[in-house]
Amino acid sequence: MIAVKTQGLSKEFRTGFTMKKVSALHNLNLEVEGGDIFGYVGPNGAGKTTTLKILTGLIYPASGNAWILGRDIRDVAIKKDIGFLPEGPYFYDYLTAKEFLYFYGQLFGMRKREIEKKVDELLDLVELRHVKDIQLRRFSKGMLQRIGIAQALINDPKLLLLDEPMSGLDPIGRAKIKEIILRLKEDGKTILFSSHILSDVEMLCDRVGILTQGRLIDVGSLDTLLGSGIKSIEIVTSHIEKDTLREIETVAEKVTLRDEKLVIVVNGEEDKDRVLGIINRNNGRLISLTPGRKTLEEYLVEKVNRGAAL
Amino acid sequence: MKIRAIMINTFREAIRDKVLYSLLFFALLMIGGSILLGRLTIGENIKIIKDMGLASISIFGLLIAIFVGIGLVYKEIDKKTIYTVIAKPVHRYQFLLGKYLGLILTLLVEVAIMSFGLLLLVLSYEGHVELSILKAILLILFELMTITAVAILFSSFSTPILSGLFTLAVYIAGHLSRDLLAFGVESESAMIKYSTAFIYYSLPNLDNFNIKGRVVHEVLVSWEYLSFAMLYGVLYISIILLLSMVIFQKRDFR
Repeated sequence: MIAVKTQGLSKEFRTGFTMKKVSALHNLNLEVEGGDIFGYVGPNGAGKTTTLKILTGLIYPASGNAWILGRDIRDVAIKKDIGFLPEGPYFYDYLTAKEFLYFYGQLFGMRKREIEKKVDELLDLVELRHVKDIQLRRFSKGMLQRIGIAQALINDPKLLLLDEPMSGLDPIGRAKIKEIILRLKEDGKTILFSSHILSDVEMLCDRVGILTQGRLIDVGSLDTLLGSGIKSIEIVTSHIEKDTLREIETVAEKVTLRDEKLVIVVNGEEDKDRVLGIINRNNGRLISLTPGRKTLEEYLVEKVNRGAAL
Repeated sequence: MKIRAIMINTFREAIRDKVLYSLLFFALLMIGGSILLGRLTIGENIKIIKDMGLASISIFGLLIAIFVGIGLVYKEIDKKTIYTVIAKPVHRYQFLLGKYLGLILTLLVEVAIMSFGLLLLVLSYEGHVELSILKAILLILFELMTITAVAILFSSFSTPILSGLFTLAVYIAGHLSRDLLAFGVESESAMIKYSTAFIYYSLPNLDNFNIKGRVVHEVLVSWEYLSFAMLYGVLYISIILLLSMVIFQKRDFR
């Protein structure tokens, strides 16, 4: 089942005193498979938030259509199956965590007992049960992000739309959010999240869509996008004489000195074998050998720069 | 159910706002202060108390409607709390209606507290309370409900400062609109006649709700008049809210 589908989705905003039209999203054709974690990446202002706002009915598209779980987004009833976490923790800060979640439960027309049970369950999931009677104004950013995820889950949605769920969090906060996202995938939920923290996207996502200047320039699994082949190999050695170093430099892509150890980067298996041969012959000591592939960040920067140059 | 949840949430936000309490404090201070003024006028002190008391309820109610009312809708958009609500299966009109009713509930409680203060004072002076003073309070409440609807209309598309100014302008003009119509009738120019009539019918005629003077001077206000004023209020509020909903439905929350 396709969880999210958009066809020719476009949006323009008018800005400034002259009300000049600026294109925020251009002819977006996107498909997110049910059960996937889909990473929506791109630089600031690429149109990620605009897409999510259209899907949740906060803004209207200038043209194009979108469907969630097979139903048109203009149908308010589809929101029963969606959970949404907007960017930045902006919530009713005069409410306590419990009141806050209770309020959202009511918006789904849930019964009192049903809400109470769900609220307890969610407070456990996001580890905030101990602060359930504290007003949100006293919450840290990480806690707000977690209570935000909890409000998105109150209706047990099939699809979760998370806008920058990890931004501004410390490593522990990020780890917690990642853990929750993975647990939700295990429960069979589809998750579409936007992010510019690419290492998180790499770690979590089944598929990735890359957006720049309102255009979707690439979409696919990480293996397809980055290539499953090895991009480069990093060799760390020590006890290398000057003559040996000169010989290595003729083969290696890059040689640097790090903590009195030599870090050699080579391209491909052949060069690796040649460098290892040189090290062996000259009694160098091999410390480590790490194959590396292109990171999503390198890929994105390359793509965006190419896009900008076009 | 959903409208009720938004209404209760709005009410909760209002009663956890400090501005409300300071306004309420000053209102009660004013009502109490009327005793001092009443002492300055021989034999007329109960009239002064009633006059100042009703005026205080009206003015402080207005301030609450403007400050708290406009702030509450704008804050939802500015602080982006509206994002999570609209993303739920809630129609935009339900949100706006919930907000409006929450404000009305707040005003109802505020007016009830202020009225209680005034009635207590009147009771201690006269030994009894006349029904007419309750009639005056009821129409003040309708006036405030009308002004709140206007505040909601402006804040559905404008900034808080502008909405505040617009609402205040409508309040003042709404009390003068009858004079404006009279001026138009007297005029010989057809354009002035039509434009004054247009302004008169678009602005709320807030004088319809003002029976304070009659109540203070013990002129009878009939039930027919009361019903007419309330019906006028309900109609005007419905039109304004409908207009706000149309605007709200069309806007993008960027």
